[in-house]
Amino acid sequence: VLLLTLPVVAIAHAELCKPDAQNAFKVRLSIKTALGDNAYAWDANEEYLFKAMVAFAMRRYSSKSTTQISNVLLCNVTDRVSFWFVVTDSSENVTTVPGTEVEAAIRMNRNRINSAFLLSDKTLQFLKITSTLSPPVEPSTPVWLIVFGVVLCLIVAGIIFLIVTGIQQHKKKNKESTEREKLEEKGEVTVTVENGIPCETLDLKAGHFNGVFAADDERFTSL
Amino acid sequence: AMEKSRPLWDNPVQFVFACISYAVGLGNVWRFPYLCQMYGGGGFLIPYFIMLIAEGMPLLYLELAVGQRMRQGSIGAWKIISPYLCGVGIASVVVSFFLSMYYNVINAWAFWYLFHSFQDPLPWATCPLNSNHTGYEEECEKTSSTQYFWYRQTLNISPSLEASGSMQWEQVLCLTLAWLVVYLCILRGTESTGKVVYVTASLPYCVLIIYLIRGLTLHGAVNGLVYMFTPKLEQLSNPKTWISAATQIFFSLGLGFGSLIAFASYNEPSNNCQRHAIIVSLINSATSIFASVVTFSIYGFKATFNYESCVNNVILLLMNTFDLEEGSLTADNLNEMKDYLTATHPQEYAQLVPQLKNCSLEAELDTAVQGTGLAFIVYSEAIKNMEVPQLYSVLYFFMLLMLGIGSMLGNTAAILTPLTDSRVIAARFPKEVISGVVCLINCVIGLIFTMEAGNYWFDIFNDYAATLSLLLIVLVETIAVCYIYGLRRFEKDLHTMIGRKPNWYWKIMWAFVSPLLIVSLFIFYLTDYILTGTLQYQAWDATQGQLVTKDYPGYALAVIGLLVAASTMCIPLGALVTFIRKRLKRETVSTV
Repeated sequence: VLLLTLPVVAIAHAELCKPDAQNAFKVRLSIKTALGDNAYAWDANEEYLFKAMVAFAMRRYSSKSTTQISNVLLCNVTDRVSFWFVVTDSSENVTTVPGTEVEAAIRMNRNRINSAFLLSDKTLQFLKITSTLSPPVEPSTPVWLIVFGVVLCLIVAGIIFLIVTGIQQHKKKNKESTEREKLEEKGEVTVTVENGIPCETLDLKAGHFNGVFAADDERFTSL
Repeated sequence: AMEKSRPLWDNPVQFVFACISYAVGLGNVWRFPYLCQMYGGGGFLIPYFIMLIAEGMPLLYLELAVGQRMRQGSIGAWKIISPYLCGVGIASVVVSFFLSMYYNVINAWAFWYLFHSFQDPLPWATCPLNSNHTGYEEECEKTSSTQYFWYRQTLNISPSLEASGSMQWEQVLCLTLAWLVVYLCILRGTESTGKVVYVTASLPYCVLIIYLIRGLTLHGAVNGLVYMFTPKLEQLSNPKTWISAATQIFFSLGLGFGSLIAFASYNEPSNNCQRHAIIVSLINSATSIFASVVTFSIYGFKATFNYESCVNNVILLLMNTFDLEEGSLTADNLNEMKDYLTATHPQEYAQLVPQLKNCSLEAELDTAVQGTGLAFIVYSEAIKNMEVPQLYSVLYFFMLLMLGIGSMLGNTAAILTPLTDSRVIAARFPKEVISGVVCLINCVIGLIFTMEAGNYWFDIFNDYAATLSLLLIVLVETIAVCYIYGLRRFEKDLHTMIGRKPNWYWKIMWAFVSPLLIVSLFIFYLTDYILTGTLQYQAWDATQGQLVTKDYPGYALAVIGLLVAASTMCIPLGALVTFIRKRLKRETVSTV
């Protein structure tokens, strides 16, 4: 009897688990991409672990706790490392658990399954099961506003400082010029002006001495 | 009573730095590399240098000499040369006004990117998630994350010019900040500008050197350099090459805006502006070449990165479809494996072919970009793939800011110097108030560019506000100095100022070569505009994730016409008004 049941079981397996079968999912692993030199080889032990993880996920999800490792069927394992799997719902291995349940169970326990294989959502792909992408961390105030605020305060402070010193200088200059005007009226201070520039500034700024205008050692013609 | 003395630069170095800061701007970084790539790589340098000698140096020397001799802003200076030419000065001020309106928006964008560089990961490195977190935003999927960040999150661009949309408050804030920064720098006139230009002139070079070192050590940089700089000498027979070289030299030096006249007017009368003109034009061109070396190494890196990603995607696709072992397909054996798979699984391979992209390094390198696209999309894409991208991002956008602000200082000087020179205005208001009012008006008008369709208006201003008008202005300037004022009189003035007469090279260039070049440029552009018929622009199509060409609506064409007319018409109008005034004065005198 045992000899007869074994082929029957094998045929049943083949019926339930084949590419594009109902309620079957394709899994693709990229171990070498994820782990590089530390990559492990995919062998029967890893397959056993996979079946265990799927059974674990089903138990955790439906809390019926009847799913056995033998209920998870794997087939069509390729060199890529990709294969199809299907979950049967009873010890007879006749019917398969609906795809939606399997999908929900996998989604709920995706993290645990990934870490069992040292992989991530990208390197352990369940085709047809979309993973929830984690949104990037967003602080309460956008960072750029903070930097903007800092720079704005600095610039405004600079403007106010310059305006205030400008007004102060203006007042000082007004006082000086009124004093100077009084002195000029008395005829005590003569300011020689050449071409609209007071001659003192030319001296102070160490201007270029243009030989064309030099006459008899005298620096500037007297007005 | 004592006459109020004209403010002066503290030393000639400040003047040279101010000119360099003004001339070396964004065009050196984002226009010259594009031209180099389009018109023959290394071979483009030949027409570029010929044009530099034929038109760049002479015209720069001319403007600096006029400003230094007349010691007035553009309006006053041209009035002295001939009263009928006051229109030239006014046209310069109008063009500068248009330029400062839209140019500061670039600084606003640079601020935006700069502030966003303080995040990890950079916001343009990844696409944002869609509403139910199952994948990425649709628009971002169709295009790249850097393009999405520019078009959607920075500009929030509308599908066409007609759909104006609302103002983006983030951009308004950045624009206001940009104008506040400009106001801070020009507040005290040459006193403050003179100190600021030390920073704005030198800092970009520091960043460019850092980027040069970083760029040359990037993987794949050499590909870019070799591809771009190999001379394609056949392009020299293309007239567009020479026209582009002439145009680039002309606009890169910032001639005709009145900024150079304004800067030179604050010089000592005995300053050696001939030497400074040569120095500034040489430094400007050298910076362009330097910037293209950096840009091409970045291009090479980006192209190599994209090419390798493309190849990896093809490998992944093939591996997944045919369930091949990981590592069996590499970039080296890809072609053999493709043939093998075509032979063994013909049907599946045939189904796959539409998805298999032909990855080509040349195609990646060939994507020539200029303008804001280069600065904000291509560079940010390259930066996000570098190590410590935040550092390079901050450096890069800070450099863009320095370049932009340096040019803005020149633009605002061109507007403010004539205003502060005119006794009517300067007597009543202190220069802080005048600067503040000018900045405020520009900022308010600049809010147009913060709307959703703002970038389209920006392109209009960028392409049409200054181009034709400047050519005309500089042409009139050169003819005025050579033939109305008189070349001999001008020679004598230069002799008085710097102690020696200009030699035959300068005189020939001023009198014949440069005006001829400008006239031919002018004719070329006019015929080009007339022949193309309707003007078109590139609009961003969010559904496709790429740019599409559209026609300008009627009112946009009217605005373009107004922009060009507003400045060019000033020249004949100014002459006409002066003529009428003189006539009226003569009549009133004769009737008395």
